[in-house]
Amino acid sequence: MVTNPLTKNIDMSRPPLDITAYEANDGYQSVHAIAKGLSPEDVLELVKGSGLKGRGGAGFPTGLKWSFVPRGDNSPKQKYLVVNADEMEPGTFKDRLLMEGDPHLMLEGMIIAAYTIQASKAYIFLRGEYTVSEVVLRNAIKEAYEKGYLGKDILGTGFDFDIIMHTSAGRYICGEETALLNALEGKRANPRAKPPFPQVSGLWGKPTIVNNVETLCNLPGILTYGIDWYQGLAKGNDHGTKLFGVSGKVKTPGCWELPLGLPIRELLEGYAGGMQDGLELRGFLPGGGSTDFMLPEHLDITLDYDEIAKVGSRLATGTMIVLDDKTCPVGMVGNLMKFFAHESCGFCTPCRDGLPWVDQIFRDFENGEGSEKDLQILHDHVTYLGPGRTFCALAPGATAPLGSGLKYFKEDFEKHITEKRCSYKH
Amino acid sequence: MSQQVIASTATKARRLSADEIVEIEHEMTLYPDKRAVGLEALKIVQKHQGWVSDESLLGIAKYLDIPAADLEGVATFFNLVYRQQVGKNVILFCDSVSCWIMGCEGIKSYIKDKLAIDYGETTEDGDFTLIPVPCLGDCDKAPVMMVGPDMHRNLTPEKIDSIIMDCKTIQD
Repeated sequence: MVTNPLTKNIDMSRPPLDITAYEANDGYQSVHAIAKGLSPEDVLELVKGSGLKGRGGAGFPTGLKWSFVPRGDNSPKQKYLVVNADEMEPGTFKDRLLMEGDPHLMLEGMIIAAYTIQASKAYIFLRGEYTVSEVVLRNAIKEAYEKGYLGKDILGTGFDFDIIMHTSAGRYICGEETALLNALEGKRANPRAKPPFPQVSGLWGKPTIVNNVETLCNLPGILTYGIDWYQGLAKGNDHGTKLFGVSGKVKTPGCWELPLGLPIRELLEGYAGGMQDGLELRGFLPGGGSTDFMLPEHLDITLDYDEIAKVGSRLATGTMIVLDDKTCPVGMVGNLMKFFAHESCGFCTPCRDGLPWVDQIFRDFENGEGSEKDLQILHDHVTYLGPGRTFCALAPGATAPLGSGLKYFKEDFEKHITEKRCSYKH
Repeated sequence: MSQQVIASTATKARRLSADEIVEIEHEMTLYPDKRAVGLEALKIVQKHQGWVSDESLLGIAKYLDIPAADLEGVATFFNLVYRQQVGKNVILFCDSVSCWIMGCEGIKSYIKDKLAIDYGETTEDGDFTLIPVPCLGDCDKAPVMMVGPDMHRNLTPEKIDSIIMDCKTIQD
């Protein structure tokens, strides 16, 4: 049986499989299954039953998200599917691999998702910098139209579906789904108030599902091989496989598809080869720049959404950033604060003004000008930029490494104050 | 704003080229309204002109019949829309967390010294512009940067030398 459904076709030393080779390896079987009589309700039940959680960061159950889309004759006729391919979370490099390595997998997932919610149109919101993904995807879309998997009356189902490529022009905030919708509509990418949620009133006010690239790539396997197979893939409480990445000063940084539920140690010490010679592990961000630090003592926790939440962090994107003992933790958090300050959309005051303040304090620490009072101001910002205090999740995301960094690396912050310098610099 | 200024603004709009119009018209078939095409149109014009001048921006607003102020709001929001002239090669330099851990600051100062430009600046010969960019999503090969549409990974000073050399050779 297939154990690596997301990456089974990926070999970055050659171009991605063309549609014929992709079909020969069980590709587009799910669309044929739909054509043989699976109704949208059947697919929805399958996806709900699989336990798939969104792979973009929030980990919301995919089937449940889809179920909020209004159905029936009285629902709006036009519905949209939007692919969030705006990968920009610091330290995250998984969607690029999926799009460049096996574009048809994502397209097949899109057809499944669109059929379920009965969306006749989808936009791929692709990061402008992903120039290779654009070429590869455009070519795959063309092939899929030629084979009748896209366009009018797909395989005689009566279902019409078109995919439109939208390449963006930067800004991290576009990854927030309502900001993304504003960007697609040609507006500044400020997030929208929720409710109404996009499932009910999204793109141009129509019911819209926004799914992450990796989430969509999970769907073909679920339909082709079944729920039992999908749930059997994982080792823990969650289901399926996931892409996990490691960056930082490890011996072999990279990205691998692994079952959910493996111990973190196996990823960091096994796949990533452990720390480079002469370096010790100080801590790591488990799922991108807006997750809380975890420590070496957490290495035996499993790669599982709930298990990681128990120690106050999030699995989120599953791409870990490793901090070693020769790199300054204050500098690392400072780098993230600069990022978040720069990427604030500027709409709400705590985020627009708070993050640059935090950023400035970190610059002061770097220059040996940090004080106890500054430290208190940083702690205050963890509260005042936290969940519920801002318009969207960007600033609360920034407080994750900030709050946990202040807690776990307290002595490093203190040392910057007492020594009036960064002792990691030679 | 005096009437004279308003009048001069209105006449500054550049007439879009035939190629630009063909591409913009194509995008208009993909979206239900003209406003949504604004960003695509900015990118199309930038592809042809290298950047988006005031005249181009006004030209697009006029062509799409959308308020110039709205379009300017969009143009200035997105960091890959250049509202100032840029060099022939735009270097998008990643200085996010993984690249930072892997020593991108050293690479950045190497580029800064070699080309004598800092972020937001263009070399005197107009060959290179250096701009910081959020995480480029290739973190296992950090430090990384883009030059034009191309990714460059596992950067070292030697690699920077050859990338810059290649850009100059291709131009000549």
